[in-house]
Amino acid sequence: MDGTVIEEKVTRRAPFDRARMATLVLFAVLAAAFALSFLLGPSNLSAAVLFEGLFSGHGAAGIIAREIRLPRAGLALVVGAALGASGAALQGLFRNPLAEPGVTGVTSSAGLGAVLALYFGLAAASPFLLPAFAVGGALISAAILYLLSRSGAGAMALVLAGVAIASLATALTALALSFAQNPYAMSEMVLWMMGSLKDRTLSDLAFAAPLTLIGVGLLVSAGRGLDALTLGEEAARSLGIDVASVRGRVVIGVALATGAATAAAGAVSFVGLVVPHVLRRFYGYEPSRLILPSALGGAVLVTAADVAIRLIAPDGQLLLGVVTAMLGAPFFLLLILRLRRES
Amino acid sequence: MSGAIEFEDVCAAYGARPVLRGVSASLARGAVTGIVGPNGAGKTTLLRVALGLMKMSAGGVRVLDQPLARWSREGLARSIAYLPQGSDAHWPVLARQLVALGRLPHRATFAPPSGSDAIAVDAALERCDATQFASRRMDQLSAGERARVLFARALATAAPILLADEPAAYLDPAHQLRLMDLLREEASRGTAVAVTLHDLSLASRHCDEIVVLHEGRLAAMGPPGTALSDAALAEVFGIAAQRTADGAVVPSRRL
Repeated sequence: MDGTVIEEKVTRRAPFDRARMATLVLFAVLAAAFALSFLLGPSNLSAAVLFEGLFSGHGAAGIIAREIRLPRAGLALVVGAALGASGAALQGLFRNPLAEPGVTGVTSSAGLGAVLALYFGLAAASPFLLPAFAVGGALISAAILYLLSRSGAGAMALVLAGVAIASLATALTALALSFAQNPYAMSEMVLWMMGSLKDRTLSDLAFAAPLTLIGVGLLVSAGRGLDALTLGEEAARSLGIDVASVRGRVVIGVALATGAATAAAGAVSFVGLVVPHVLRRFYGYEPSRLILPSALGGAVLVTAADVAIRLIAPDGQLLLGVVTAMLGAPFFLLLILRLRRES
Repeated sequence: MSGAIEFEDVCAAYGARPVLRGVSASLARGAVTGIVGPNGAGKTTLLRVALGLMKMSAGGVRVLDQPLARWSREGLARSIAYLPQGSDAHWPVLARQLVALGRLPHRATFAPPSGSDAIAVDAALERCDATQFASRRMDQLSAGERARVLFARALATAAPILLADEPAAYLDPAHQLRLMDLLREEASRGTAVAVTLHDLSLASRHCDEIVVLHEGRLAAMGPPGTALSDAALAEVFGIAAQRTADGAVVPSRRL
């Protein structure tokens, strides 16, 4: 009898300890990846010189550290965190492990918004307009998805709708770039559709970071409601959850975070799919506990992918979204197969 | 003493289609009330109206002697525990975590579960005989075990009113009987228990009161023997039934 009681306690505590362990590992890997991202670049400066430059701001090392390396490393972190947390929250809201800003077309809609602002001169009028348009694009697509899910669309229907939204946004992006008569339209389009962190500035980071912070904050505030939604909408409402407010917070939070990330880096897909899926088991499958670790995991993934790009192709020809898609797409297919088997 | 929930001439509609057309009924404290009726009679809608999940088009509902409109969302959630039809867990959380969701109405935003939450969760698991799989994941449980955990979730709220919509639908006979025992036990603690059922023999044997709904109207109300009279069975369900020695109704043929 005593033995079973002890065993009970051990198994009950185990997932929490696993969660703590997972969080520690995520922090450690993120620190390493961030340091690597900061230290890596075409100008072969030593770590000592770079850190000196970072803190003093003097000379070429200072400019490289502050104006090039730090924004890039910081943006990778912010973009990853935004996409990871958005994926976790969307999956919680739709109760669907396939929901993700990239797959559901939220990212490409944000990209469309950014392109519209950029190529029709609005971004030149005010630096706020580019992120604002990106957030607007994300908001519209997230709202459409939400309306579809309300009308009783199932998991697969939602994903199919996402595919349609993504294709439409991509086509409109191409259209906008053609109309803008931009000589670099093709290469620019590829940048927006696949995402890149090349040549970003501190002001990009200054826009993306606070928007992401607010967005993720909204998502975290919806956590309790997302937990209750594990029981379905009716039960959640009977538990005193204002489901409409939960939905609103997730849709706006995802739009802010994904919009900010996309305005800064273009459309980076699959981060929000892979990260929550891998981490979920460590956090007891509870939607609320998954949001912040997914932000952390997303930061790890995007930072690592950005480091990998620079190692594989130092000339800057490889795009960030290519790497995340190559990791994410097979994963997505695997997940669909597994879901089919379960149902 | 008035019932825990009093329905007065309640009307409700889905769009243009009326579902409840003036139902007056009462759910007594410390008793199991069975709500029966053919498909589309308005059983689920009656529960949803009491929970504030659906708006009435006319009439009134009093919950614990207060008009529904005067209840806050949280207050109502603490007063009525609800087990919707076809409940299931959408994520394979641990059984214990699922039951703990029943404590959400008692917890402030971002507040971690308190000691009394843990006690309520343990008690609910124990009452449903689910303690032994508290630390298993929902997807590793059988359908019957999952049903017990989901029921424990509703009990964990420790609300004075418990509404369960078709909880017996997917259970085998042994689990159905066990469920009815559990409902009885809750009622003996003073809880007002209301349960919608399709199985008339289950309803007639295990409920203290029966509310018979027919096309959105109250067809009969009272102890099983009177509410499920031959006339009511014929008119509402279009069936004839035999009665066992202990008064249970066993449908025998269509009329």
